Amino acid sequence: MSVSRRHTTAWAMGTVAAVFALSGAMAQEQPIRIGSITTLEGPFATGGQDAYRAMEMAFEAIDYTVGGRQIEWIRESSNATPDVALARARKLIEQDEVDIIIGPLSGAEGIALRDYSRTLDGRTIVNGSSGAADTTLRDPSPNFFRFSTEGTQWMAGLGTHAYEDMGSRHVALVAADYAFPYAQVFGFMHEYCELGGEVTKLWSPLNTTDFSSIIAQFPDDIDAVLLIQGGTDALAFLTQYAEVGGDLPIIGGSITADQTLLSARGPHQRLMEGMVAAGPIADLNDDPNWTEFVANYRERWPDGFDSPSIHAVNYYTNTIAVLQALEEVGGDLSDNQAAFQDALASIEFTAPTGANVRLDENRQAISDIFLTRIVNDGGTMRTEAFGRTPDVSQTLGMETDAFLALGSPSRDNPSCPPAR
Amino acid sequence: MSLQFILTVTLNGLTLASLYFIVACGFSLIFGLMRTVNMAHGSLYMVGAYVGFAVYDPLYASSAWASQAWLIGVLAGIAAAALVGLIMQVAFLGWMQGQELRQALVTIGLSIIIADQLLATFGGNPFQFFAPDMLFGPVQVPGIGRYPVFRLFQVGLAIAVGVGLWLLLNKTKLGIVVRAGVDDRQMLAACGINVPLVAATVFALGAALAGLGGVIGATAQPMALGVDVRFLLMSLVVVIVGGMGSIGGTALGALLIGLAEQWGQVLFPTYSVILTFVIMASVLAVWPQGLLGRKPT
Repeated sequence: MSVSRRHTTAWAMGTVAAVFALSGAMAQEQPIRIGSITTLEGPFATGGQDAYRAMEMAFEAIDYTVGGRQIEWIRESSNATPDVALARARKLIEQDEVDIIIGPLSGAEGIALRDYSRTLDGRTIVNGSSGAADTTLRDPSPNFFRFSTEGTQWMAGLGTHAYEDMGSRHVALVAADYAFPYAQVFGFMHEYCELGGEVTKLWSPLNTTDFSSIIAQFPDDIDAVLLIQGGTDALAFLTQYAEVGGDLPIIGGSITADQTLLSARGPHQRLMEGMVAAGPIADLNDDPNWTEFVANYRERWPDGFDSPSIHAVNYYTNTIAVLQALEEVGGDLSDNQAAFQDALASIEFTAPTGANVRLDENRQAISDIFLTRIVNDGGTMRTEAFGRTPDVSQTLGMETDAFLALGSPSRDNPSCPPAR
Repeated sequence: MSLQFILTVTLNGLTLASLYFIVACGFSLIFGLMRTVNMAHGSLYMVGAYVGFAVYDPLYASSAWASQAWLIGVLAGIAAAALVGLIMQVAFLGWMQGQELRQALVTIGLSIIIADQLLATFGGNPFQFFAPDMLFGPVQVPGIGRYPVFRLFQVGLAIAVGVGLWLLLNKTKLGIVVRAGVDDRQMLAACGINVPLVAATVFALGAALAGLGGVIGATAQPMALGVDVRFLLMSLVVVIVGGMGSIGGTALGALLIGLAEQWGQVLFPTYSVILTFVIMASVLAVWPQGLLGRKPT
């Protein structure tokens, strides 16, 4: 009897242990749920669509499996406003119970998700393509990682090129009056003013289409125009500048030479050819990583762009970082994702542009920035890389405290007006 | 601030006002006769630009027609907008005559549908017309220096449109009928005039002006989805400031708004956007019927 009872107990314990072991194994076999947010609505809808093309390529390359676990990908869309991005992120976390979110696309959304990530336990948000500096520079969140570079970093090397190689001493700045151009202008002027250049600033509201009175305000002694505008605003400026017979060299921002401008035909093309800019990608870049990525992209997406957009590259870079870290920990997201987040913080890899990527202590990418020039490639306008600034950090190589002491980029900061 | 600079900015304001005038006088004309607040006026502007461009673009690319492409584009834009306007009046607005709120809501609905159809048909890429060589490039203007010749052409066109409309309304039979209709539609109908026909004609004319504005506007500035709202808002502001249904008032309103936009951009760029609305609010506070509007009888 007693033997039998002991036997039963042992059997019961064995069963319980087996059940535990089985449930443990099942937990391991449950798919990893990755949610993503980009803009499939609103002003950046085409960029958002391209971002998902690139993400799909990253998942397909590993057949939706990492560290022995399946990946379940849940796509969400925002319209580039922070409140919508936040609502979709909540939906992904609370209803879909995703482990990781990759997104969002635009600057203010990034700050909203950074703040949201702070309230989460054991979940991770990895940036998509948002480029506001403060997302990781001031008040960073331990759950927010960004493997793409941001607006200030993107201008690295351009101010020096303008001053030293182009011989420019005084530029007129034509820029839209909001946060992203502030960051870009900061990156340019940081170098250009240091060297002794002078900048006359002419801000215009976003969506300005008539620049004639801005052009009328150009000082007589400028030797170049710094154009930090995107989309139709940039197109309008260049067309109207061509119309008054303007012929000064144009220095662009990272989103100035986008598809809107490159694909439109017209008088602005005369000014655009030879326009220099800086940014994280260039259409024409000899790096084998890039040529392979572009070939894969065009084969997978015949209806896509000629060359993957900046958003596609940024989402792809962040996605492969997540996949590489998951591979490293064997798909283990236990213990509030501690091992996974450690792996994320310490990985180092090569982005599709050929740039090396690693993170700083605020989980912000340190990577390479390209100097680009617009060339006429057999009738098609494209950007071509002609220089590369390696390992650009968010503080532009300065000590963090010294950099923070320069203050936030704004309409008036930095400033180096011409001496009167 | 040099005299040359002051003159340049003022001329910029004047040329922008010309574009606004061409678009807004169609809006004002329609309101004047039919009391219809056409919230789809911006869509008619966009229809003109998009259809005009669809005709213009292949012609511009072909060598034989390149020089006439722009003119043909203008005519196509005018025709397309007039046709859409005509359909709007005959199929939707005509039989709900006098129900202003219902008409306004229907036109809002139409504007959403038209914007989506344009997106589906033509895609979301912005585009721009290139003025024919004769109208492109800078020209010497005394006191100013180099100035885009197309912007001067805009002023000439606006004056021509204004004078043409004035002649039409004051010197022709149609004008007499329209002016009579503004005062008393029932009596006009009782006199044996086919009022729905007159209404359809006026609506098509107003829409055609929006279409003309669309092509001219898309030559001066890039065209993209979303400008319909901008130009509807601008038409409303211009017409409210100048006075509903008055051509002189529309011209004055357009002039004020155009100058305010350009000078605002120069003097206080950050807040220039609100200046036009400050003007509108001030005018409404002092002259609720607009600067040159008729006092309600």
